[in-house]
Amino acid sequence: MSERHLSVALKQPGPIPLDVEFDCDAGQVLAIFGPSGSGKTTILRSIAGLYRPAHASVRSNGVTWTDTASRTFVPPHLRAVGFVFQEYALFPHLTAEGNVAAALGHVPHADRRLRAGQLLESVRLGEKANRRPQELSGGERQRVALARALAREPAVLLLDEPFAAVDRQVRRSLQDEINALRRTLDLPMILVTHDFDDVVRLATRVLLLEGGRGVANGPVTTLMSRPDLAWLREAVGLGAVFEATVSGSTDHGLMLLSFEGGMLLAAERHLPTGTAVRVRIPAREVILAMRAPEGLSLHNVLSGRVSALHSDPGLDHVIVQVAVGALLLLAEVTQDAVDRLRLAVGTPVHALVKSVSLDIITPARD
Amino acid sequence: MDWSALRVSLWLGAGTILVLLPFGLWLGRLLALQQFRGKLLLEALLTVPLVLPPTVLGFYLLVTFGARSPLGQAFQALVGQSLPFSFQGLLFASAIANIPFVVQPIQRGFEAIPADVRDAAACCGLTPWQRFLRIEVPLAWPSILTATILTFAHTLGEFGVVLMVGGNLPGRTRTLSIAIYDRMQAFDDRSAGVMAATLLVIAVATLMTTTALSRKVGVRRV
Repeated sequence: MSERHLSVALKQPGPIPLDVEFDCDAGQVLAIFGPSGSGKTTILRSIAGLYRPAHASVRSNGVTWTDTASRTFVPPHLRAVGFVFQEYALFPHLTAEGNVAAALGHVPHADRRLRAGQLLESVRLGEKANRRPQELSGGERQRVALARALAREPAVLLLDEPFAAVDRQVRRSLQDEINALRRTLDLPMILVTHDFDDVVRLATRVLLLEGGRGVANGPVTTLMSRPDLAWLREAVGLGAVFEATVSGSTDHGLMLLSFEGGMLLAAERHLPTGTAVRVRIPAREVILAMRAPEGLSLHNVLSGRVSALHSDPGLDHVIVQVAVGALLLLAEVTQDAVDRLRLAVGTPVHALVKSVSLDIITPARD
Repeated sequence: MDWSALRVSLWLGAGTILVLLPFGLWLGRLLALQQFRGKLLLEALLTVPLVLPPTVLGFYLLVTFGARSPLGQAFQALVGQSLPFSFQGLLFASAIANIPFVVQPIQRGFEAIPADVRDAAACCGLTPWQRFLRIEVPLAWPSILTATILTFAHTLGEFGVVLMVGGNLPGRTRTLSIAIYDRMQAFDDRSAGVMAATLLVIAVATLMTTTALSRKVGVRRV
């Protein structure tokens, strides 16, 4: 089963410019992240065979779906693709059960109702099998769309802005649902989103897209520690993301987090010891000091060395990357501060982080 | 009451639908979903019967398909009847006259189906035919029904084309609307009145049936 693998290469100058190349293994969630109009949806459509770029190669589990070089093109209905559309695209004239059953063409006729019922049950909609889409809430429609996408027993699951049309609360529960799916389904999942929250919560890898071009591709943690992604900084605010484990709590109600190379105190919430979490530290919240300070209200003082400096022309801020053990922190400081502290690659520094500044996320894990 | 005229009218209405509907589904869907060169011109040509006086349409049909023209001879070879003064010719003329009534509503119906829904059907593994029958036709159903009603009603009321192409042969090409005119000319107001009332009843019944049908549509399973 773990042979499941998707590899994609798309290239064309226009009308929708595309220039990307990526892979996704089973069990991985690749987030395609970028501003609207950057070609995210077109990439998903190309994988499904709904759009045909000038130059394209799409291979799933060793089967060629598209290869413009050899003029291979498998039509969409013959590709084992589960596609959750942005506005769900449910069939309005069919019930929830009918919608799911429509994707069960590979199952003998007599078993379709039963199977559709099971699938709806798995997204907690068993009782609403006979409702039409217009009688369901946004979150419920979303779950029907998910059940329908899975009904086909796809070799790859494509999610196009799956949370765009639901409110924040429903969003969280759907994110949990997809996270749970990722653990049980052994297939590559591609998630298109323009919301960074989705990336941090769900993705194992990220492809950053700008004008149809893949500008960066890698694990979420690695990518978020890069100081040079100016566009990303504008979109979400730069900040290091890394994996940590809850290792206990203090008498004063703070949570202890251990990561490769140190410990942190977080004020945010209390999770059972041993829970794997993702931590995000916004670059704006990190203060740099040459000496370990005393008499501060602050809890977290991390010692490390400057590993990179980055400044964009036209911006008076400098992004300083600090290596603390294996962790690469990012700090956003002024050019003036860089000059005064004489920061350069290799300079030993202390990074100061308030415990309330840590963003603790219970995420997808590899 | 001219029963044979009623029969001709009903046969003509049903026959026109039978001939035109498959064509309308094909062409309406094509116009809704495809972009191609000359589409604008084609759409304009298809609308011509709507704006042309029926007598003018009938005139051109007679000229084009007259017994001596090559097209007229082809028609005769194919159908076994000449176009003028035959029921088959009348059916053909009626089909031409009704093209816009069939194609336009069907085109609008298919245009109204969101592209994502059609794509989703493909991603569900449905073949193009399954997509057409299970997703597109049920969703475009109200428009297809409208096209059918319009065509039937329009055929019952058609006068100019029928008179030009079919003449007024009892039992073959004399429709109810022509029979009404005929009776009025003969000062037989009573017969004309009965037949006019018959047409009215048929029209109302058709509308009621189709409205009822269109409300019931859709509770089907795949």
